[in-house]
Amino acid sequence: MQRSLVALLLMAVVLTVLPFLVTPYDLSLMGRFLAVGLVALGLVWAWGYAGILSLGQGIFFGLGGYAIAMHLKLSALSPGELPDFMVWNGIEALPWWWAPFRNPAFAMSMAVLLPATLAFTLGILLFRRRVTGVYFSLITQALALAFSTLLISQQGLTGGFNGLTNFASFLGQSFADPIFQRGLYWATALLVLLAIGSSLALRSTHFGLVLRALREGENRTRFLGYDVALYKAAAFSLAGFLAGLGGALFTLHAGVVSPAFVGVQPSIEFVIWTVLGGKESFFGAVLASLLGGFVRDRVSSLFPDLWLYLVGGLFVLVVLLPALRSTYRKGAKGVQGHGRLPQGRRA
Amino acid sequence: MNDIMGEWAFFANQTFNGLSVASILALVAVGLAMSFGLQRVINMAHGEWLMLGGYMAYLAHQVLPLPLYLLAALPLGFVVGALAALLLEVAVIRHLYGRPLETLLATWGVSLILQQAARNAFGPVGVEVAAPTWLAGTIHLGEISLLGEISLPWVRLFVIGLAAAALMGLAAFLRHTTLGLQLRAVSQNREMAASLGIHTRGVDAVAFALGGGLAGLAGAALALIAPVTPTVGQSYIVDAFLVVILGGVGSLGGAALAALLLGLTSATLQGLTSVSLAKVILLFLVVLFLQLRPRGLLPSRTRALEEV
Repeated sequence: MQRSLVALLLMAVVLTVLPFLVTPYDLSLMGRFLAVGLVALGLVWAWGYAGILSLGQGIFFGLGGYAIAMHLKLSALSPGELPDFMVWNGIEALPWWWAPFRNPAFAMSMAVLLPATLAFTLGILLFRRRVTGVYFSLITQALALAFSTLLISQQGLTGGFNGLTNFASFLGQSFADPIFQRGLYWATALLVLLAIGSSLALRSTHFGLVLRALREGENRTRFLGYDVALYKAAAFSLAGFLAGLGGALFTLHAGVVSPAFVGVQPSIEFVIWTVLGGKESFFGAVLASLLGGFVRDRVSSLFPDLWLYLVGGLFVLVVLLPALRSTYRKGAKGVQGHGRLPQGRRA
Repeated sequence: MNDIMGEWAFFANQTFNGLSVASILALVAVGLAMSFGLQRVINMAHGEWLMLGGYMAYLAHQVLPLPLYLLAALPLGFVVGALAALLLEVAVIRHLYGRPLETLLATWGVSLILQQAARNAFGPVGVEVAAPTWLAGTIHLGEISLLGEISLPWVRLFVIGLAAAALMGLAAFLRHTTLGLQLRAVSQNREMAASLGIHTRGVDAVAFALGGGLAGLAGAALALIAPVTPTVGQSYIVDAFLVVILGGVGSLGGAALAALLLGLTSATLQGLTSVSLAKVILLFLVVLFLQLRPRGLLPSRTRALEEV
């Protein structure tokens, strides 16, 4: 705990001074990757602590992003005016569910409440029926696909394939203003530090302990009288909350939200940052998102074709190396080296 | 009156198209169900065998004369799919048995690499394969049926027939050959099978290759009715996993049944709404169905307390 506090302080210092050391472009990237770090942090809770691997975090990321983007679109308009893409698509009146997003407080709270509620509802529905492990992962993946398809198809309501973009200002501040950009970065950094700090605190509460217990032995925890489904849904909801927050911040930094950020591929990429960081490490999740994001930016601008090979290879290595190591260790001990049986460890 | 008949015909055609998509889906999903039931492996690269099979059909189409290429393309698709699957099994999967989520991530990486490789080799745009002349026509049912103009393209009938034949072949293989018997034994109780002298690792590899081969075959068939793109596998894989979940994991019959059900429901829904809305509704239905039967349509029975 002491060490975590020191690390947190160190991180706070580094994140605070960075804006003075890097170019504005890199600063904007930092902000985006920190936002992605929040999603990975959420996955640490869901996967690392509750043992639920969600391949659909893009949905929650997207809900957060779209909630803020809807506000940014509406705040630039005078009453009665419609967002540009709605006009192009022949929509004549603002849909009723768009209207409340004009209020910034509403939009910001929806950016985290919508994903958290959706995650909780989905979690309770599936966990109560003991849809777990791989089944759950695959269903969330299908949901991510459905969500992005839905966004693309409802062009008049969501901006379709291009998503929502061309934002001018947020809370009266212009996006073009470098001071605003810096402030946005600091706000993001502060939220990330807060998220890590409260995660560290939450980990040692009763809630955190029960989560770890059920990860190690779901049935044993159930037999001890805990409502396993409720705990898992809560962890999943927390992950949804953090992903929504990440999505909202990402959208503010990137100035765009589109179906490209919410489908299957980005959802799985969030997972790789979590794995790379070590799936139980809050710091690791954020750092891996940051470093990975920068590597990705540099590689894909230099060699656009290389990125998929690289990330693909990364997936294989990250998974295969620990497995090979444990196989060899077993072999050395003289245990029969025919690998793990399906009844072995639960991933 | 004419309107109603037109609508009937529209639905009949839609159903028929759904059936041909369902048969491709069934071929893909059966391989997934097999490797999941047997080895608890989630193979996200399985869709790429479909893609490979499709490109094999394209290559065969480039090299061989039109009437005959299909006869070469189908076995080629099967063999290449099977070999690719075998290679993956030996290089990666073998080390990850018993860790389904890890296999999911590693094979996702492999699928990204294969997609990019296909993009570099064949270009990002889809390639088309013309059906051979003996499959080019359509059957018009307009005269005989009272439902109005229904036309069934021979190509789609061929795809449906091929899938049915392949699935029956698989069933016969599992029922009547020694290897099939061993495969069933391993999937029921791995330790027991191993102590009876069955080489379980070999059986795993065979099952994996067989699944890959079926997906490759499906890809070669798919090339006849849709363009082959580097990401064609991805567009099927999520649906295929949905089929596996719906069917009851590990149950081959369940997978085939679920593919049929999903394909037909999706075609009907697409007729009523849009393609994307149909996807969302379908998923909603699947989640609802899992509330009723969490273990799928035809679950494999087990007394194990902890399940993967």
